[in-house]
This record gives sequence, structure tokens and C-alpha cells, in this order.
Amino acid sequence: MTNVKTSPSSSSSTPPPTAAQASIGRSALSKVMRSREVPVASALIVLVVVTTAVNPLFLTPQGVKDLLLNATIVIILAVGQALVIITRNVDLSVGSMLGLTAYLTGTLFADIPGIPIAVVFLAGMLLGGALGALNGLLVTIAKVPALVITLGTLYIYRGVNNAWAGGTQYFAGDRPRGFSNLSTQTVVGFPLITLLAVVVVIGVAIVLAYTRTGRDLYAIGSDPEAARLFGIPVTRRVLGAFIASGILAGLAGVLYASRYNAVGATTGTGLELDVVAAAVVGGVAIFGGSGTVVGAAIGALLLTTITSALTALRVDKFWQQAIVGVLILSAITIDRIVSLYRARQLRMSEARDV
Amino acid sequence: MKFLRPTEARGSAHSVRRLVSFAAIAATFALVATGCAAETPGDSGGGGDAADDSLSIAFLPKQLNNPYTDVVLSGGEMGTEEIGGTYEVVGPLEASASSQVSFINTLTQQGADVIVIAANDPDAVGPALQEARDGGAKIVAFDSDTNPDYRDVFISQVVSKDVALIQVEQIAEQIGGSGEIAILSATANATNQNEWISFIEEELASNPEYADIDLVAKVYGDDDDAKSFQEAQGLVSAYPNLKGIISPTTVGIAATARYLSTSEYKGQIALVGLGLPNEMREFVKDGTVQEFALWDPAQLGYVAAYAGQALADGTITGAVGDTFEAGDLGEKEVGEGGIVIVGPPTEFNADNIDDYDF
Repeated sequence: MTNVKTSPSSSSSTPPPTAAQASIGRSALSKVMRSREVPVASALIVLVVVTTAVNPLFLTPQGVKDLLLNATIVIILAVGQALVIITRNVDLSVGSMLGLTAYLTGTLFADIPGIPIAVVFLAGMLLGGALGALNGLLVTIAKVPALVITLGTLYIYRGVNNAWAGGTQYFAGDRPRGFSNLSTQTVVGFPLITLLAVVVVIGVAIVLAYTRTGRDLYAIGSDPEAARLFGIPVTRRVLGAFIASGILAGLAGVLYASRYNAVGATTGTGLELDVVAAAVVGGVAIFGGSGTVVGAAIGALLLTTITSALTALRVDKFWQQAIVGVLILSAITIDRIVSLYRARQLRMSEARDV
Repeated sequence: MKFLRPTEARGSAHSVRRLVSFAAIAATFALVATGCAAETPGDSGGGGDAADDSLSIAFLPKQLNNPYTDVVLSGGEMGTEEIGGTYEVVGPLEASASSQVSFINTLTQQGADVIVIAANDPDAVGPALQEARDGGAKIVAFDSDTNPDYRDVFISQVVSKDVALIQVEQIAEQIGGSGEIAILSATANATNQNEWISFIEEELASNPEYADIDLVAKVYGDDDDAKSFQEAQGLVSAYPNLKGIISPTTVGIAATARYLSTSEYKGQIALVGLGLPNEMREFVKDGTVQEFALWDPAQLGYVAAYAGQALADGTITGAVGDTFEAGDLGEKEVGEGGIVIVGPPTEFNADNIDDYDF
């Protein structure tokens, strides 16, 4: 049981780094070993194996389904967040954007009977994209750190949500059965909305690794000034990253309405910190320029799985939060050590060349 | 663009400064605007003819935009209107211990005659309430009590013990009198939740009929839908023999019902607690939930408004045995500990749930 589980997870974590630098065969293995996804993926595997050994219920079909469903929404948000963080920005308004789109979803289904589900998805993503565009415009035009801007829009979007929703909530019963089924039906053990998240992760990973636009994001995050001098359209790319984060938050908001019972004024409050934590734990450097969306997705899966695992092991709630904190600190520490080590290696190789 | 930013360093310093001053101006405008908005009702009251006689009753719920709170407040508004008082609602958007203090201070400054409060924390609001009382305000606690030192009366939905007992009865009946059960509550320091839970524990321990029922866990979903959902899921995975869940909070029971109804445990694990009929209707109809309980929340606000008036005009002082008229609900008596009981709890099931709309 456990062996079967380990192999797919470990192999799924290896392709991105190797694929990204497929041409360099010689150092491929060492790249894999040094890639940021490996420690996270290993931690995830160890966690699942240990928990299952203690509580076999953890990996029943229902247990696996719950684990994947819990992670789905955070995975989608973490992918958007990774895009923004890679450009040396951050988007703290994702929880509020999710709240607004989730409430929009509830409203659409309640007010327009028979509205096609696809239209609702589209509307949610459009609203998310618009909110993300506002973030991006403020960040790129005002030239104020994204931390400040998105902290502001976090409160603004939440305020709009409060004003719009008031005390009204929409419940699962108000939405069509087919829409709720998206988060309960499975294909070979995978819930439909989780498969959707996987498609998002793969799609964005390909864009980041193989397209000019994707590589530009890394260049901007590594050194914005150099990127500008090099002729990279920095403003446009950063704006694009924020819009993408908004669209994904919109998608997550629609899925939230499919998964949970109530959507209202406080939906998604506080989610932004989980999402930033997922990206950071997944190896996306908070100062930009490195990390992958696959890593961020694994980070999201790890964080949500830890919560479930510790509950299944009957560990006190307080320790659960503390453990998440320790994980974030170790992710940052590992990141720092790796970058110091690389800088030293670079210096040494340059010294040799002289 | 170039014109706006002559050199990079100075340009950004300029734009930052401009943005800061813009933000400061915007914030000032916002303050003035909200200040005006907040004063308008008071002003119109002052301009009106019955200004001095009009009793101002301010409701401070645990949290705004909470569906349960809205139903309670609708009763409060009705009661206040019948009395001819001025109705006002203020409150935080998040139910946290310290968030209510600043609202109490504001109400004190505005000279509210009666403050009706549902405390997020029984002691955190104490000093602020004391100050309000020193300023002449009467304090009515409702829904969730403050420390009795800081209020005149507490309007309780029902006898706390009855609420606890009805939930134990329901769960015992639904799991067939034996097995493991768990409690999914709101926040770990909510006064009303903890009181019910302690009565539930007491009843399980003392009543021989429940000797075979084992309370294995208490978890807290903080009245957050997603968090309660995951707590429910955690309970089910951590306790494989779990036969029932008691959730004495409307958010918790709805979230738990949603999880159970979408999982293989639907109908396998019994769920009882306190829920709103509108939120629970679907789960009663699909068989996830057989029966749950609640009182009519609107009556709570309604009686609170009348109690506030009785305190303000001196009909009652909050002493045991004091009685006052509560509109349509008739005479209410202040009991032990300054507590006024509104009415018995109602049980909802597939047969009667369609008769209720709140």
C-alpha cells in the first residue's frame, strides 16, 4: 500500500526540473537532487506514510478524496501566487478575491435559475481577472510595493464583499446538483475539481518553463532593473502575473462554492496567508526569481495534508499551527543556505577561470 | 511617463510622497464621510420632536453579517420600534475577543441609553461596559453572557441546561443509546457554547441511561464554514468508531452536514445540534440529519429590547423576581443570576421544517 503510494508521488515531482533543462543531460541528476521540489515532496511522502501506519483510515478512498479536495482550492491559489512572487511581488488580496467570486457564484445561481455552469465559471474568472488587473495596475503605475497595495485591496475587496452580501448567505441547496457534484464525483479516485487543478498546474508550469513570457517573469524577479534594460516589458509582464493570479482566484472562488455549503461576506477570510505559506514552503523564493508552480502546488498539498494528518493522529490544534510555522522557517532556511552555497560556488569557479 | 519621472530615484520618491499624501487626503475624506453618515441618524433624532424621550437602544452582536445574528437583530428592531425607541446596530465583522471594546467606547461617547451585547469574551468587554454604566447606560446581555458583574440582565434563549439535554436526548436516540460521539463547537472561549458543553458532559456522566455513550473529542471550528468543515472531516478520520456528532452552533452543524452529505458517511454518522432551518433544510430532506434543535432567535432580540426599556425607565433593576412586559410575548421574570429566559427550544425534523423560515 505504502510503496504503491510513494512511487507516483516521487516520480511526479521529478519531471519539471528535468523537463525544464532537458538538454543538459550531464547535470540532470544533480539538478533533480538540488531542485526545490524534492525536499517538499519527500516531506509529503514521509508524512503520508507515517500517518497511514498509525491510522490506516487516512488512506481509505474517502480519506484520499478528502485530502485532495482540501488541497484543490489552495493549489489553484498557490499557482497564481507563485506567478506573482516569482516577479518579486506578492498578492495578499487572494482571499478577498476568492470571497467576492464565491459570493458572485452563489448570487448567479440563486438569481438566474438555469444559468449554465460554464457561464458561472466564466463570470467568476472574469471578475477575478478584473480584480487582479486592478491590483496589477496599482502596483505597476503607483510603483508602491505590492505588499502595501494588495494589503489595501485585501481590505477594499473584503469591504465590498461585506457591503454587497450583508448578512445574506447562499447555501449548497441553492445551487444546482450538477455544480455540487463537481466536487464529489471522482474519476479513478480523483475528484473532478482536483483534476481541473492539475490541468491548471501543468498548463502554467509549461508556460513558465518554455515560453518567452514565462522566462521573462524569472528575469524580472531576479533583477527588475536589469530586466528593464534588457528590454523586457516589465510593466506588462507584472500586470499579466497579477491578472493571472486574479483569474485563478476567481476560478478558486467558483470551486469554493461548489465544495462548501455557505458563501457570504466572510468567505475566504485569512486564506492569503495559507497561500503565501504554501508557495514559500514549495520552494518559491519570497524575493522572486526562482521556484516553480509545481513546487507551490506540492507545498499546498503538504500544508493541507499536515492539518488533516495531525488531526487524524489526534495532535492538539495548537501544535498544528506551530508545525506549519516550523515548516515555513525551514523552507526559508533551506532556500537561504542553497543560495549562499551557489554564490560561493560561482565565486570559486570564477576565481578558477582567472 | 518621462516627464513625470525625470530621474528614477527622485521620480519614485516623488510618486511615493504624492501617493502618501493622496492616501492621507482620501483617508480624511473617508473619515469625514463616515463621521457624517454615523451622525445623521442622531441628528435627525435631535431635530425630531420626541428627541429627548426617544430611548436609544444599541445592539452589539458578536459579529455582523452573520445569518443567525440577523434573525436575532430583526427581533430587536421590531421590539425597539414597538417601544418607540431608536434602533442602532454596531459591531465587528469578525467574532474575536477584543473587537467589541472600541464599539462599546463609541456607544458610551454617543450616550446610548441601552447597550444590548452578545459577548465574544465574557471578561474582555468588562472594563468598557463598566465605563458605559458609569456614564448612565443600561447593559443587557443577550445570546452570549458577559461576566455578570458588568451587565444588568442576561436574556437567555432557553434554560441552558434544556438546550444541552435536548441535544443529548436527540443524539442518544439516533445512535441507539451507545457508542462514541464528539462535539464540534464554535470558538474555544465562547461562553454559551462552553456552558452547553459542560451540561452535556455532566448529563452524559451522571445519567445511567447514557452510560454507554462515550464523548471522545471536542473540536472547534471557530464559526468558520471551511474550518468547521475540515474539523468535521478530521473527527471522522481520527475516530473510526464515531457514531454521532453534536454541534451546538449553527455554522458548525451546517458545515458538518455538508461534509457528511458529500461523503460516504451520510446516514452512517448521526448529527444533531443547533441549526437554522433555512440552512439545514436540504440536509434534513436528503437524510443526512434526522432532527436538530433551536429556539426562535428573533424572540431573543425582541425580549432584549423590552428588557432594555424596563431597565431604563426603572421598572426593573435586574434583581431576582423583577417582572416586565415583553410585548406580544407577555410577562417575563428576572431569575437567578439576573437571567431572563425567553422560551423552550424547538425541535426540527422532516415533518415540520417547512413551517419555519429563518
